[in-house]
Amino acid sequence: MTQHNGHTGQERIGVYVCHCGSNIAGTIDVEAVALWAAEHLNHRGVVVARDYKFMCSSLGQELIEKDIQELGLTRVVVAACSPHLHEQTFRIACQRAGLNPYLCELVSIREQASWVHTDKKAATEKAKAIISGGVERVVWHAPLEPLRVPIHPATLVVGGGIAGIQAALEIADAGFPVYLVEREPSIGGHMAQFDKTFPTMDCAACILTPRMVSVGTHPNITLLTWSEVMEVQGYVGNFTVTIRKKARYIKEDLCTGCGICQEKCPKKVIDEVFEAGLGYRKAVYTPFPQAVPKYPVIDRENCTYFQKGTCRACEKLCPTEAIDFEQTDELLTVQVGNIILATGFDILDARRIGQYGYGRLANVFTSLEFERLSNAAGPTNGQIVLRDGVTQPQTVGIIHCAGSRDRNFNNYCSAICCMQSLKFAHLVRERTGATVYNFYIDIRTTAKAYDEFYQRVLDDGAILIRGRVAEVTDAARLPGEEGKLIIQVEDTLAGKQRRIPVDMVVLSVGLEPRHDAKEVAHRFGISCSADGWIIEKHPKLDPVATMTEGVFVAGCAQGPKDIPSTVAQGAAAAARVLARIQQHEIALEPVRASVDESKCSGCRICNGLCPFNAIIFHEDRMVTEINPALCQGCGTCVAACPAGAISGTVFSNEQVLAQIEGLLLDVARRAPAPEPAPV
Amino acid sequence: MSANGKPKFAMYWAAGCGGCEIAVLNIHEKILDVDANFEVVFWPVAMDAKYQDVEAMPDGSITLTLFDGGIRNSENEMLARLLRRKSQILVAFGSCACQGGIPGLANLSAPESLFAAVYDGVSTDSQGVRPQAVWQVPEGELHIPEFYPILKTLAQVVPVDYFMPGCPPEPHQIAAVVDLVIQALHGQAELPPPGSIIGAGYSTVCDECKRARNVKHIRAFERIQNLDHIDPALCLLEQGLPCNGPATRSGCGALCPQAGAPCIGCYGSAEGVLDYGARLLSAFASVIDGNTPEEIERCLDGIPDPAGQVYRFSLANSLLRGGKTACDDEEAEQELIHEAAYHD
Repeated sequence: MTQHNGHTGQERIGVYVCHCGSNIAGTIDVEAVALWAAEHLNHRGVVVARDYKFMCSSLGQELIEKDIQELGLTRVVVAACSPHLHEQTFRIACQRAGLNPYLCELVSIREQASWVHTDKKAATEKAKAIISGGVERVVWHAPLEPLRVPIHPATLVVGGGIAGIQAALEIADAGFPVYLVEREPSIGGHMAQFDKTFPTMDCAACILTPRMVSVGTHPNITLLTWSEVMEVQGYVGNFTVTIRKKARYIKEDLCTGCGICQEKCPKKVIDEVFEAGLGYRKAVYTPFPQAVPKYPVIDRENCTYFQKGTCRACEKLCPTEAIDFEQTDELLTVQVGNIILATGFDILDARRIGQYGYGRLANVFTSLEFERLSNAAGPTNGQIVLRDGVTQPQTVGIIHCAGSRDRNFNNYCSAICCMQSLKFAHLVRERTGATVYNFYIDIRTTAKAYDEFYQRVLDDGAILIRGRVAEVTDAARLPGEEGKLIIQVEDTLAGKQRRIPVDMVVLSVGLEPRHDAKEVAHRFGISCSADGWIIEKHPKLDPVATMTEGVFVAGCAQGPKDIPSTVAQGAAAAARVLARIQQHEIALEPVRASVDESKCSGCRICNGLCPFNAIIFHEDRMVTEINPALCQGCGTCVAACPAGAISGTVFSNEQVLAQIEGLLLDVARRAPAPEPAPV
Repeated sequence: MSANGKPKFAMYWAAGCGGCEIAVLNIHEKILDVDANFEVVFWPVAMDAKYQDVEAMPDGSITLTLFDGGIRNSENEMLARLLRRKSQILVAFGSCACQGGIPGLANLSAPESLFAAVYDGVSTDSQGVRPQAVWQVPEGELHIPEFYPILKTLAQVVPVDYFMPGCPPEPHQIAAVVDLVIQALHGQAELPPPGSIIGAGYSTVCDECKRARNVKHIRAFERIQNLDHIDPALCLLEQGLPCNGPATRSGCGALCPQAGAPCIGCYGSAEGVLDYGARLLSAFASVIDGNTPEEIERCLDGIPDPAGQVYRFSLANSLLRGGKTACDDEEAEQELIHEAAYHD
């Protein structure tokens, strides 16, 4: 009923077909495509069509600029790579020549045609159809102006592991305020739990704690530990963040961190977090002696006073009267311009890998438990011993890829386990002289000085067996297996099944997204991959940005990685934020949804859908409105609106339908001619 | 103009239930205005007439024709073409003519299975009998209209000037349209541009519905008979009843939801919406509150007949046009391609 004819007959369109070296020209006859466009799309407004080796080169761009000026082009279609890559390039070229940048359309004949086809003829035909779609679409484009918004100079960093610490320090050192939020009582993250770091075997605490202290004392950093982000509102440059500061029951202004409360507290609790269940802490505690901040927290669930109403030993003995049982959670609201998420990872629950016996067989340990065992400040003072706490193992089996590269658990490689397992082998050899077996699928030691470390561990005398372990059992079958853990494995290099009796098994368990990563992502308006890791804007070219402007990601929250990469990402995210802050304002893409109020019936279908909280409902007029500064142009509300009252700039119905009609050009040509309608 | 100087009026009932014809009479004393202002030349329900009489009329001699029902057989199509030729203003009147209506749901099935349902099913004892377009009897050859593979809307067969939705169109809307045409004939008003939807609103049924509305989180869809209690003041969709109101064009006064029955969508889509069912389904899907695929699946299972729910009146006019079974027919497929080309 509502057919449209997009072509006004007034536009002068230039079509530019890129060879991309042989990337496109290898599969598509680009010259033929350009000739075809000049001839067959002429009636649709195409006045010039050219092909060029590299359209994105400065010469290619000049070609467009020259045509705009000399031929008076009013629209430009570039047929090249994905808009993700070069949309900006060609928009800016148009702008230089005086054409509004949004009157340029980039269609992909590389990712969508040349790279995915081998049949040259068909790929060439497809490229023509794609260009025809672009031409039909571009006539519906309207000149747009980017939205400019100011950038608040403060930054929120979420997560106080090494990624967050690095990011916070970089920004604070540059002179801008940072709020660093950490949900545990101390910053430090997983790195604070480690003894040594591969491949140099530096002491983790020695390199980490100076940075933690810097964070704690930095005049530009507001450190909020034992705190969580509850709500995020606003948009790039202008976020309003609500943070819940959980009650510590300690007056921070009075506490000197002397530790008497911890010493005197009568309640011992197994420390499941920092000590990975191997050690104890008190009900009032700091997770470890070098904790930053130095103030302890009282664990309400385990505190005798909170549970039974009597005790208050800490209160009586505190020399500065810093204990305050009346404290309550506080809600803080802060204004920030940018956010860096450095929320880290969880380790896979080893109990899920039933055949490896963790939780059932006492001397099967997880990698994190082993880190605590080997840590000089850990529960055994660095003694590598069995679960009984005294016996040194004579043989140790280290299983790589526990729960990683395994379709039953996680398909991905956890990236750190090879080096971590080799580090464990080295520590066992060094400290106990025990025989060490490492069971691996492949050894992946690709970063700087990693393979050298691998060679060193081999030289140490560790025995490496290539094969995925089938089972760890205590059911002895052969002589010498009594009282041992037996590792059943197919040695794929020797080509035979082996049973290897050991005293201790260490599972290099994989890294997993934080258990609440999805909720956190939702709170910050970003997305997670199917695996649950936060999705970066571009895996290669924009690894620390997210699809939400002003929200960045660093470290393992984005995917498993080692400490050097984590630190690099923390610094990279900080650099991105600093660049933003120093520009004072940011230009936002004008791809926005808007509501035609005459069509909106106020049904409120869209009201709960916006991931960016951009939708406002006016009760008085019963209509919905979209805040253009908050809207990111995702299109969710456009698709949901049952009345078709919401449309998105750059993705209007007219543009999308015109593009489809252009794409179907060939189909239409093959259809039988319509019978003339009798009138 | 006829001999008595009055403009001519016609109405025809094609593949539909005939409710539209009754709706015209339901405008009460306004019908006298029709009689006063028009000469009724062809209206099989109201007066005797022969097709030959219409064929004998000069082309364009009928001022206003209301055509209700879809195009299901060759007779419907012949009349559609004939009345198009004879009429100045051809109105697709009612849901069937505009969007296919309930009979359009038969586009989900192939003709043979429709015949099987009708002729081998519950209502007759003539098992195995099938209607034949041509049949030899001792007296000669008998012809009955040919049954088409799919039902089409009026506009899929001939150009239509105006669309007036509703199953049937509401009396006050019909009266207003009649008034408008009369005024236009007297030069006192202007007719809307051809292709317009008339006798209806611009937004959706919610605009006219008095029920309170909130942000929607639907945990389960329910059939109305399974609910113990329906809040008389709250949006039916929020109570889990699949109400088509949010996607359905306004103009009816939100009669059904006001009376406690969910809107079934007879007025079709709002202005500018290409595919009613797709819009509605994506709106329903958007407000389902489920975290796992199973929860979402369970919620959707609360709509036992999704096609019947979201395309109850508009299947024939949708992008789908029909179900795969019906369109497997090569002839039907050709028809669809033909139509696509026609619409371009």
